[in-house]
Amino acid sequence: MKHKAFALVAALAAFGAGTLSAPVAAQQENEQFFPLLVYRTGAYAPNGTPWANGKQDYVKYVNATGGINGVKIAWEECETGYATDKGVECYERLKGKKGAVIDPQATGITFALTDKAPVDKIPLITLGYGLAASQDGGVFKWNFPLMGSYWTAADALIQHLGKKEGGLDKLKGKKIALVYHDSPFGKEPIPLLQKRAQMHGFELVLLPVTAPGVEQKATWLQVRQQRPDYTLLWGWGVMNSTALKEAVATGYPREKLLGVWWSGSEPDVKDVGANAKGYSALALNPHGTDSVLVKDILKKVHDGGNGSGPREEVGSVLYMRGLLIQMLAVEAVRTAQAKFGKGKVMTGEQVRWGLENLNVDEKRIGELGLAGLIRPIKTSCTDHMGSTSVRIHSWDGTTWKMQPDWYEADKSVIDPLVKEAADKYATDKQLKRRDASDCAA
Amino acid sequence: MLYRENGQFKTSYVADQQIFPIAQDRIAIGLLLLVAFVVMPLAGSEYLFRAVLIPFLILALAALGLNILVGYCGQISLGTGAFMAVGAYGAYNFLVRIDGMPLIGAMLLGGLSATVVGVLFGVPSLRIKGLYLAVATLAAQFFTDWAFLRVGWFTNNSTSGSVSVAGLNVFGLPIESPVAKYLFCLSVVCVFALAAKNLTRSATGRQWMAIRDMDVAAAVIGIRPVYAKLTAFAVSSFIVGVAGVLWAFVHLGAWEPAAFSIDRSFQLLFMVIIGGLGSIMGAFFGAAFIVILPIILDQVPHWFGIPLSTATTSHLVHMIFGALIVFFLIAEPHGLAKLWSIGKQKLRLWPFPH
Repeated sequence: MKHKAFALVAALAAFGAGTLSAPVAAQQENEQFFPLLVYRTGAYAPNGTPWANGKQDYVKYVNATGGINGVKIAWEECETGYATDKGVECYERLKGKKGAVIDPQATGITFALTDKAPVDKIPLITLGYGLAASQDGGVFKWNFPLMGSYWTAADALIQHLGKKEGGLDKLKGKKIALVYHDSPFGKEPIPLLQKRAQMHGFELVLLPVTAPGVEQKATWLQVRQQRPDYTLLWGWGVMNSTALKEAVATGYPREKLLGVWWSGSEPDVKDVGANAKGYSALALNPHGTDSVLVKDILKKVHDGGNGSGPREEVGSVLYMRGLLIQMLAVEAVRTAQAKFGKGKVMTGEQVRWGLENLNVDEKRIGELGLAGLIRPIKTSCTDHMGSTSVRIHSWDGTTWKMQPDWYEADKSVIDPLVKEAADKYATDKQLKRRDASDCAA
Repeated sequence: MLYRENGQFKTSYVADQQIFPIAQDRIAIGLLLLVAFVVMPLAGSEYLFRAVLIPFLILALAALGLNILVGYCGQISLGTGAFMAVGAYGAYNFLVRIDGMPLIGAMLLGGLSATVVGVLFGVPSLRIKGLYLAVATLAAQFFTDWAFLRVGWFTNNSTSGSVSVAGLNVFGLPIESPVAKYLFCLSVVCVFALAAKNLTRSATGRQWMAIRDMDVAAAVIGIRPVYAKLTAFAVSSFIVGVAGVLWAFVHLGAWEPAAFSIDRSFQLLFMVIIGGLGSIMGAFFGAAFIVILPIILDQVPHWFGIPLSTATTSHLVHMIFGALIVFFLIAEPHGLAKLWSIGKQKLRLWPFPH
């Protein structure tokens, strides 16, 4: 017995030494490598999985349609389990394979990678999450919170409430509660909401929920006691469905409950079903299977049996978000290729340039097969977000119904906050703002 | 044949009491240190440093600290993550609030903050024992989780609750590159491992072990339980606190309380149990087992080109890893360190066992 144990230890040790020091298997020379950080296990898996499948399906789709100007995409997934330390390990592992752009898929991992990205020269796409201040490209050269941050989300929600009440001034004296995931993800919107509360004179009630959010009785007891006029839900994963169940149990009207775009997907409402009817959330991206792009993906990827997940999942909210993230990453590579050479493999620095000069206009959106479903995205050296347009969708008991109105974040509210936060970050990190020459390059 | 002490005569007490009485051991350790300090920095890849060796060293240090409390003094603690967090946030506050605070100064002050909190939460150990104490230390975990999430002062009023450090340097040498970080962690770990080893061989260490083996008997022969238990808590949380500083500052760079969650406490306790209770070497074995093995397992299908989905791989890793833990605990309940010492015993007689 003992000898066997020794043999096993020795074998494992030898094997470990062998695998860890062995050179990383190189992908083809002329392939663009995309590291895919995902989580398909753990408390956040129901939400992480469609997201991961969307990313992977788009990669397969691009390969099926001839690659990026002929450059095929190689990819590898790494399971982070939403844990920061595991995410850092994945990043280090896949970085070595010449990854040129990364979507960390978690706010905590984004925070840890934000310091590493400038050193390793790998841009981070954090579509709709991450650090709100990173919109400021003058300080955050390598971060791209495309299409929105938690601040633009919170801003859109308040605007929506104002519209419901018939004007932002009508919010005066109202009580708005924020039920949030007690982590950087949930805390990020607070400064903006506080500023809005000051501007419009509503009372902001902060109700933290300890991660992962399966225990919310105490929180909803407070909601019941305080009876806020509106409640904003800032959750992720299992926290969302639990919150909806608690709202039902508390008898809090679902019409007064509004979620961020991370709280408005199918896994969140599935368990509650018809009881969640009337609940609305921000819709960062379109969903459904009607668009040209989705039909094409079903035809070219899923019909060939290459789908990353079940066919029914295609077109769901988070699947589409993954798709969109990957699409913008590919567009960035395409933009970079237009400058640095078509049909070449782009480096992290070149993709960063591509992200900073992204211009997805109406025409391009049509070519991508999403006509009328997303707003144009145009980034610049100073604005790494490109667009703040967002819609609201409501759960009718069986599906998410998109509402027609678009909201744009109010620049006069967001910009000073972003600048202040970015400057503070720069001071803390002893960074200098990029000068004009750096922008031109 | 090669590994035996025949012919090595000790002519003084000093020679007899050294940490490694056998010459071959001294040579092996010397070689190991040579490899760690000279060969690795020259040969290792960035991935190896950042994703494997640095986390391994830091968690080995934390396991070492916990081993003093659990393995040497017999006080089960589930608050290790909490003491790491106290170290990390303590050091962070010393660093950002005091101008010109050097990294090592902040690190040691962080360790001291953890000591204070550790002793405080160690006080119940004077009354309660065993599993009940484990539950009491769990309170430390929940308390610090709460404090660092909700009390803005600790995070320098960071809006997101996440804090980060930058521009670390020791005596003017920047700790930025993976090699520099690795060497820094390695030096700290070596110093603390040596100190811990000597401490456990000293009168204090013997007191801890006496308390562990039977506290009533220890009290009868004149050991003060208060002193012995609280010093164990103090020393343990100091080392754990320093490990927390390294984990936050050197490994993560930016962190939130989730980095020191209850999972971390369990992970470290498993390291100590699997590595070997009451063994400095065991902390390293345990950390290697818990940190490195899943990383290897995770990559195995990829190396062999087996097309497994990410989720399946991840589930398999958990299953195999769990099975291995059970296997090792059945094969040798005293941990990997015990296996190691059995191996050395057998090697002395090899190839002529009697």
